Amino acid sequence: MLGAYLPILVLVAIAVIFGLCSLVFSSLIGQKKPSVVKLAPYECGCEPVGSARERFSVKFYIIAMLFILFDIEAVFLYPWSVLFKRLGMFGVMEMGVFIVILFVGYIYVWKKGALEWE
Amino acid sequence: MSPIALDIAIHLAKIALIFFVVLTLAAYLVFAERRILAWIQDRKGPNRVGPFGLLQPLADLIKLLTKEDFRPAGADKWLFYLAPAMAAIPAILTFAVIPFGAPLQLFGREVPLQVADLNVGLLFFLALSSIAVYGVALGGWASNSKYALLGSIRGLAQLISYELSMGLSLVPTVMLAGSLRLSDIVGAQEGIWFIVYQPLAFAIFLISIAAECKRIPFDIPEAEGELVAGFHTEYSGMRFGLFFVGEYINIIVLGGLATTFFLGGWHGPWLPPFAWFSVKTLAFAFFFIWMRGTLPRLRYDQLMHLGWKVLTPLALVNILVTGWILMLR
Repeated sequence: MLGAYLPILVLVAIAVIFGLCSLVFSSLIGQKKPSVVKLAPYECGCEPVGSARERFSVKFYIIAMLFILFDIEAVFLYPWSVLFKRLGMFGVMEMGVFIVILFVGYIYVWKKGALEWE
Repeated sequence: MSPIALDIAIHLAKIALIFFVVLTLAAYLVFAERRILAWIQDRKGPNRVGPFGLLQPLADLIKLLTKEDFRPAGADKWLFYLAPAMAAIPAILTFAVIPFGAPLQLFGREVPLQVADLNVGLLFFLALSSIAVYGVALGGWASNSKYALLGSIRGLAQLISYELSMGLSLVPTVMLAGSLRLSDIVGAQEGIWFIVYQPLAFAIFLISIAAECKRIPFDIPEAEGELVAGFHTEYSGMRFGLFFVGEYINIIVLGGLATTFFLGGWHGPWLPPFAWFSVKTLAFAFFFIWMRGTLPRLRYDQLMHLGWKVLTPLALVNILVTGWILMLR
C-alpha cells in the first residue's frame, strides 16, 4: 500500500534538488555588487518609511478563521461523497441537515458583515 | 532484467518524463503567452532568438541565472532564500497523481501512465495546493518590503478563499465516480464527461483555478499598477524565476486536473489518449492566456465577494441538488 507513495518520494527528492540547485547556481553565477542604496527595500525610489512588518487589517484574520471552519466542513464532505451511493437516501438527508446548519452559520457570518470589504 | 529492476526502471522513466516535460512546457508556456498576447494586441512579440523566437526560453534562463542575486537589507535570510522553492515544488508534485494517458502494455505488463495512482489522489492535490500558499506568504513577508507584504497578505486571503470553492466544486465529481482515485474518476467518464452532468461545478472549478494560479482577472497579489510586483517585488535572478516557473507549472497542472475531473481525462475518439490529454490541457492554458488578453482586473472586494458570496454557497447548493437527483434517479 505504502509502495504507491515511493515514486512520489522520488519525485519530491528530484523537485527539492531542482529547487535548491536553481537557488545555489543563481547565487554562484550572478554577480554581486551590493551597496547601501541598492539593498534598501524598493519604495518607488523614495527613502523607505517605517517598518515593512506593519500591522494589517483584522479582516484578513477573520477570513483565515472562516476558511478553517469551512474547510473542516469540506473535509467532512469528501468521505461522505465517496460512500454516497452506499449510504443511500439516509446519507443525503444527513448531509442535507449538516449543510443547512452550515448555511445558518454562513448567513450569520454574512449578516454580521464579516464578508464585507469597505 | 528481473521484474523488480524493470518495475523500478519504468517508474524512474515516468518520473523523469513528467519532470522534464512539465518544466519544458512551463518554459514554453511563458513564450507562448508572450506570442499569443502579442497576437491579441496586434504586435509581433519575441521573434529574434532562434527561428520564430523559439530559443527565447533558453535565453531567458541564461539571463535569469546571470542576474545579480539580490537580498534586501533586513530580509529574513532563510525564508527569503527558500520561499521560491516552496512555491515551485508543490506545483511539480501535483502532477504525480494526474493520469496523462491510457494504461500501456509494456514488456507484458500493464503500466498506468501516472506516476502514482493514489487512492486519495484528490486529497493529495488539495493538500499540495494548500502547501503552495506558504511560498507566497513567506516570500512576501520575508522580503522586508511593504509592497511584498501587502501582496502576500492579499494573495494569502485570495488563495485560501478560492481553495474552498475549488474543493467544494469537486465533491459532485467524487459522488458521480464514487472514488477519490483520479484514475477511477477518469474511468467513470468513459461514456459521458462529467462536464455534461456538472456544468455548474465545472464553471466554479474553472473560476477557482484561475484565482488559484493568480491569473488576470484575479492577479491582485501581484497587481503591477498598485503593488509593483506584489509578493515577488524584491526577488531577482533565478529565485524570481522559480516563482515564475511555479506559476506556469501551476497553469499546466490545474489545466490537467480540470481535464481529469470534468473533460474525461484522456478519453476521446480517433486520437490516441495521450494526445487527447495534451490537447485538452493546452486548451485550458490557452484559455488562461486569452483571459489575460481580454479581461480587466477585479477589485479586491469584488474578488472576495465572488469567492465567498457567490461561488462557495453555489457549490454547496450544487452538492445537495446533485445528491437529491442521484438518489431520485
